[in-house]
Amino acid sequence: MKAEKRSPRSRNNLQAREQRRAAAVMITPLFLTLFFLFFLPVVFVVAMSLTNWSLTTPARDFVGTKNFRFVLNDERFWKAMGNTVFYTAIKLVADTSIALFIATLLDRKIHFRRFFRIAHFAPVVVPITASSLIWLWFYDPGIGPLNQVLVSLGLPAMQWLYSEKTALLSVILFSVWKGLGYNVILFLAGLQSIPESYLEAARIDGASERQVFFKVKLPLLAPVTSFVIMMGIINCLKVFTEVDVMTPNHGPLESTLLLVTYIYDQSFVRGKMGRGAAAALVLFIVIFGFTLVQRAFGRKNVSYD
Amino acid sequence: MKGNLKKRYPVFFVFLILSSALMIFPFVWMFLSAFKTSADVYSYPPKWIPSSFKWTNFAEVFKKIPFLRFYANSIGVAFIQTFLQIAISAMGAFALTKLEFPGRRKMFSFMQSSMYVPEVVTMIPLFLLASWAGLVDTYAGLILPGLNCAFTTILLMSFFQTIPNDLIDAAKIDGCGYYRIFLQVMLPNSRTAIGTASLFAFLTHWRSYMWPLIVTNNVKMRTLPIGLKYLVQETSSEYQTLMAASLMAIIPVLVVYMLMEKEFVQSITLTGLKS
Repeated sequence: MKAEKRSPRSRNNLQAREQRRAAAVMITPLFLTLFFLFFLPVVFVVAMSLTNWSLTTPARDFVGTKNFRFVLNDERFWKAMGNTVFYTAIKLVADTSIALFIATLLDRKIHFRRFFRIAHFAPVVVPITASSLIWLWFYDPGIGPLNQVLVSLGLPAMQWLYSEKTALLSVILFSVWKGLGYNVILFLAGLQSIPESYLEAARIDGASERQVFFKVKLPLLAPVTSFVIMMGIINCLKVFTEVDVMTPNHGPLESTLLLVTYIYDQSFVRGKMGRGAAAALVLFIVIFGFTLVQRAFGRKNVSYD
Repeated sequence: MKGNLKKRYPVFFVFLILSSALMIFPFVWMFLSAFKTSADVYSYPPKWIPSSFKWTNFAEVFKKIPFLRFYANSIGVAFIQTFLQIAISAMGAFALTKLEFPGRRKMFSFMQSSMYVPEVVTMIPLFLLASWAGLVDTYAGLILPGLNCAFTTILLMSFFQTIPNDLIDAAKIDGCGYYRIFLQVMLPNSRTAIGTASLFAFLTHWRSYMWPLIVTNNVKMRTLPIGLKYLVQETSSEYQTLMAASLMAIIPVLVVYMLMEKEFVQSITLTGLKS
C-alpha cells in the first residue's frame, strides 16, 4: 500500500481524513432526516403561527401575535386544557398505582407468572383502533355488555360515551386497560433489579413486609417511578388516537375535546393552520416544561450503590 | 414474616387471576362475537356463545372495506420504515460513537433536541411540505415523514459504546475500511441491540395513527388503524362485523407477541429505562 511508504505522520493524516469521510457518509442520512423532519418543520411552524395561514384559502399574511391571543382567549382551548388536565390526573393516578400493585404481586414466586405477565401486557401490543372497536360495543348504551351487567345487578344503565359526564371517563377507562401493562413491565423490571441482599438485610433487622416495601423497595424504585410518572404526563398531554376513534366529534358537548384534538381540529378540520400552529406551540411549551422537570428529577434521584 | 406472606399467597393469586381475566376479557368477547349473528348481538340476556358460527361476518368486512389492502399497506409501510430507520440510526450511531469528526458534539445535541418536540407540533408544517412535494396519498408520503431516528440512534449508541475500541483497531490493522468495520464488526456484535431497536420501531410504526390519518385521502392508501376508524363510521352498530374486523387485526399480532414475549418485554424495559 502506498500509505505504508509514507512517514507515520502523513499516514495518520490520511487515516484521519479517511475517517472523516466515512463519518460524513454515515451521518448524512441521519442529518437529512433531522433537518427535514425536525428543524425545517419547527422553523416553519413558528413562522406559520405568526400568519393567518389557511388550508382552504391562499391567505398567508403576517398577523403578529394575533393567533396566540386568539388561542389564549378561546373558550374551547381552555375547555380542551381542562379536559386534558382531568384526563392526565385520573389516568396517571389509576395507571401508576394499579401497575405498581400488580408489579409487586408479580415480583414473587407465583404460579403461572408468565401467563399473568402476558395477559397484562397483551392490550399494549394490539393496535389501539382495533381494541377500541371492542370497547365501543362495551359502551353501547342499548346492547352493550356493561349496561346489561349493570341492569342485571339492578343498577341504573349508564350512557358511557354518550353523556357529557361520563364520556371522558369512559375513554380514560379504556386507556388504562390499554396502557397498564406497559407500566407493569417497567415497574417489574425495576423491582427485579433490586438486589435480594438489601431485602434480606431489612428482614433480618426485623422489618415487616410492609416496611420492606415502603422503606426499601419504594425508595429504590424512585427512578422508575419518576420516569413512569413523567412519561405518563407527557404522553397524556399528547393523547389523540383513542379519543379520535371513540369520540370522532369530541363527544357530547365537546366533553372529550383534548389539546391535541383541538390542534387537529383547528388546523385540519377548520383549516385555520395559523391558529393550529400557535396552539401547538403552546402545547409544546407545556410539554417542554414537564420535560425540564423530569430531567431535574432524574438528576436528583438517590442512588443506593 | 415469611409465614404471613405464605398465608396471603392465595389472595394475591386470586387477585392476579381476576385482573388477568379483566385484561383478557375484551379479547375473548371479540373472538366469540366475531361469529355471532345479528340476533345474538341484540339478544338480552347477552349470548356468550354464538348460536351458530357465522363466517359471513368476515365476508361482510371484505365487502365494506378493502381490508387486505389496509393490512398490506400497514405491514409494508411499517417494515420499510423500520428498515430505513434502523439503517439510518445504526450508521449514525456508529459515526457518533466510534468515529472522530468535526461537529460531532453539535450533531448529537441537535439530535437530542429533536426529541423534545412532539409529533403534533411538526405535523402541521410537515403536511404542507408533503403536499408541496406531491407526497399526499403516496407510499413515500406515508413512509418518509414517519421516520423517527433520534430515539433509536441514541438507543443504539448506548450499545455501540460497549463494543471495545480494540476490536475496531484490530480490524483496522487487518486492513478493514470503516464501512467494512461497520458491516462486519459492529453489526454482527450488536444483533440483540439491533433486534430490540427494530422491534420497538416496528411497534411504533405499526400503531402510528395521526400522520397516516393526515396524509391519506384515498381509501386505497389507508393503513389498518385508519381503515378501522372509517369502518366504525360506516357500520354504525353492526358489532359482529366490527368484531370480525377487530379479530383479523388483533390475532396475528397476539400470536407474534406470544411467540416473542421475551423480546417484547426486553424491548420495553430497555427502551423505557435507557432514556
